[in-house]
Amino acid sequence: MSSWTPHLPALQVVVPLMTAPLAVLMPDRRLSWALATAASLCALAIAIVLVGEVRDQGNIVYEMGLWAPPYGIALGVDAMSALLLLVVTGASSFALLAAPTSLSHEVGHERQSYFYAAWLLALAGLSGILVTADAFNIFVFMEISSLSAYILIAGGPDRRALPAVFKYLVMGTIGATFYLIGVGLVYMMTGTLNLADMELRLADVGDVKPILVAAGFITVGLALKAAIFPLHVWLPNAYTFAPNVVTVFLAACATKISIYVLIRFDFFVFQGNLTAHDWQFSYFLMPLAVLGILVASTVAIFESNLKRLLAWSSVAQIGYIMLGASLVSAAGLTASMLHMFNHALAKGTAFLALSCLALSVSRLDIKNIGGVARRMPWTMAAFVVGGLSLIGVPGTAGFISKWYLISATLDMGNLAPALIAVILLGSVMAVVYVWRVVEIAYFGQGAGTITDDYIQEAPLAILIPTWIAVLLNIWFGLTPALPVELSTSAAELLMEHLR
Amino acid sequence: MNAIFGIFLLTLMLITAIAVVRTRNLFVATTLMGIFSLLLAANFFLLDAADVALTEAAVGAGISTVLLLSALSLTAEQEKPGHRGRLLALAVVLVTTLALLHATLDSPRLGDIDAPVHQHVAPWYIENTPTAIDVPNIVTAVLASFRGYDTLGEVFVVFTAGIGVLFLLGHYPHKQAHKPHEGLRHYLIQRLVGRTVIPFILLFGFYVQFHGDFGPGGGFQAGALVAAGIILYALIEGTDRALNIIPKWLLNGMVAGGALLYGGVGIASMLMGGNFLDYSVLSSDPVAGQHLGILLIELGVGITVTGVLLSIFFAFASRKHF
Repeated sequence: MSSWTPHLPALQVVVPLMTAPLAVLMPDRRLSWALATAASLCALAIAIVLVGEVRDQGNIVYEMGLWAPPYGIALGVDAMSALLLLVVTGASSFALLAAPTSLSHEVGHERQSYFYAAWLLALAGLSGILVTADAFNIFVFMEISSLSAYILIAGGPDRRALPAVFKYLVMGTIGATFYLIGVGLVYMMTGTLNLADMELRLADVGDVKPILVAAGFITVGLALKAAIFPLHVWLPNAYTFAPNVVTVFLAACATKISIYVLIRFDFFVFQGNLTAHDWQFSYFLMPLAVLGILVASTVAIFESNLKRLLAWSSVAQIGYIMLGASLVSAAGLTASMLHMFNHALAKGTAFLALSCLALSVSRLDIKNIGGVARRMPWTMAAFVVGGLSLIGVPGTAGFISKWYLISATLDMGNLAPALIAVILLGSVMAVVYVWRVVEIAYFGQGAGTITDDYIQEAPLAILIPTWIAVLLNIWFGLTPALPVELSTSAAELLMEHLR
Repeated sequence: MNAIFGIFLLTLMLITAIAVVRTRNLFVATTLMGIFSLLLAANFFLLDAADVALTEAAVGAGISTVLLLSALSLTAEQEKPGHRGRLLALAVVLVTTLALLHATLDSPRLGDIDAPVHQHVAPWYIENTPTAIDVPNIVTAVLASFRGYDTLGEVFVVFTAGIGVLFLLGHYPHKQAHKPHEGLRHYLIQRLVGRTVIPFILLFGFYVQFHGDFGPGGGFQAGALVAAGIILYALIEGTDRALNIIPKWLLNGMVAGGALLYGGVGIASMLMGGNFLDYSVLSSDPVAGQHLGILLIELGVGITVTGVLLSIFFAFASRKHF
């Protein structure tokens, strides 16, 4: 094992990537699933070891093909990427464990080997973005993860998945192209693709027009892929019509990877080199973050489709993540990182509970679930915990990041009261939209009330991964040391690049 | 002279692009896109980017056009009128164009020897390729070795695209219900001309595959050329005959096998004590190891690209006649 340790950053990507073609060749869908799950759990194990390595010795660098950067491509794992590697591999593993039960209703058996191959490609693409230290390599793996995400969403049983995914495809492609244009412009002025080298060489170039335009293209392109308000229009339907386990996986991590690239690129390359860039970053993104929280939460309150309700809540949560980042302070970035981790836990759990619910309730609409908690107590209890974490109730993971976010805004002087009011208002709105579901599921009566006998508790095969996720929400709510430590060092790392 | 020809080509491209946007007939739009790609390829060639030009000509002008036409045969030829939000789209395009124009104001002049791109990594590649890798085509050295990990990623992008089409369209229902697709077998001239050209296309494809170290070319271009040859065969003789020669299991094997071969070279170099994709350890002589590695990964690229392009074509073509 020890001789493999230096190769772990590469293996993090190579294991799922190389398993994908094998999954296609498997003669049976169960074998494909077993292979995909084994690769995903292996990736999770690698991520856990890497977290340990990063805590012990700081950044890990790996040179692909033994060519030194900037001539070759280097991989780099630091606290920021390690934290999100946990999120991506964890979300993939939990969703895959729930997949065989949930997916048999949604994706035809003969197509499932392709489906699991696409899943592994999405996992490899997202991990590849996290471990690389090269701007063009980010684009390559962004293409892999985006294409495979389109495939996964298009597998949804509802025909409306196709127009939803087409919209996502067009907007995602525009976002990726904008990013590529930006990288091309930076390359034109620096002659390098390595992020660290870019930062150094940009210092000699400064505020020239191509670099300013590049910063704009990269920020807008990644904001489109990250579904930052008002560029979120692709997200609600894509999440709603995707197969349930795909929603679990993608809602937990996909947009966060784009936010990761946005923050990393901006702080590593641009913040130190462009005049007044921190000010611009703050004053463009903060209003969008605030509007995102308020508008998306309002829409979620009036939404009756359960998956779309949670999808709108995701748009609001992206607002919290961006709000933390837009403070451009160590405390704000810590809160931002922490919320990426905790929101993945909360939203992943809530969507896992919906996957259980979907086994008995054919249309996941608020009108169809009256009293369903009496038949499916474990499923709805899991939803409640996920919802509490989403609201940010003490004792759950969601509370920790809201707490850090509020303390970070306290340094903001005049703006502090307004920002705190927005965070609290957003949380109250979360109480409203979670409570609507809980009230009807537990106390619902009347026309939509569940009386049919065929509605029964979900099988253990899917309840167990759901409940492990539930327990993790509480575990990281009570002992948040690990994510807090990683988030703090990630934030310090980012702030070092400010001049 | 070059500049005048370049401006001429770019003007033609602009006219073609406007025509693509304006036409409501999708068949016309597809054909114009093919012309657009060919003009772009000529432009790349003018800029001395022969590898890119070859790729653009083979993939952009050749394969994409065939794939778009196959997709068109499943839908309608006319675009549906009455799109909403055209003004918004126009505004976004205008803003993007203005931003790009703004960016060119401070950019280095075309061909300026002092431009940053010519002063940083490029001299290192020119200096070190002869000693470290020893292939005449430096583009191949960069693509296959120095930045071989990016190329691995691109192969997997192609692989993902193949998986996507197979997942969405791959199972051919009601296959027995229709009579076999005849292609152009009853059209004598097309058949004769086509059958004469196919061997040359395939031969050129293999030349591009194995000569990529020395001249422009490599797995991507070769894969596109070989696939084009076989697609031409399928168009002439009918899909069913083509599928007899290259059955579905073989296609699946090619799609997965090429990607596995590329990644396998990376894993082999890890097992032999190097870093991932460090071909130097594959042989006792590092330069020979680089040669072997580049040969194998280019082969992997060629196999996957051929397999994916053919799978996509057959997935469309087999759906055509329900």
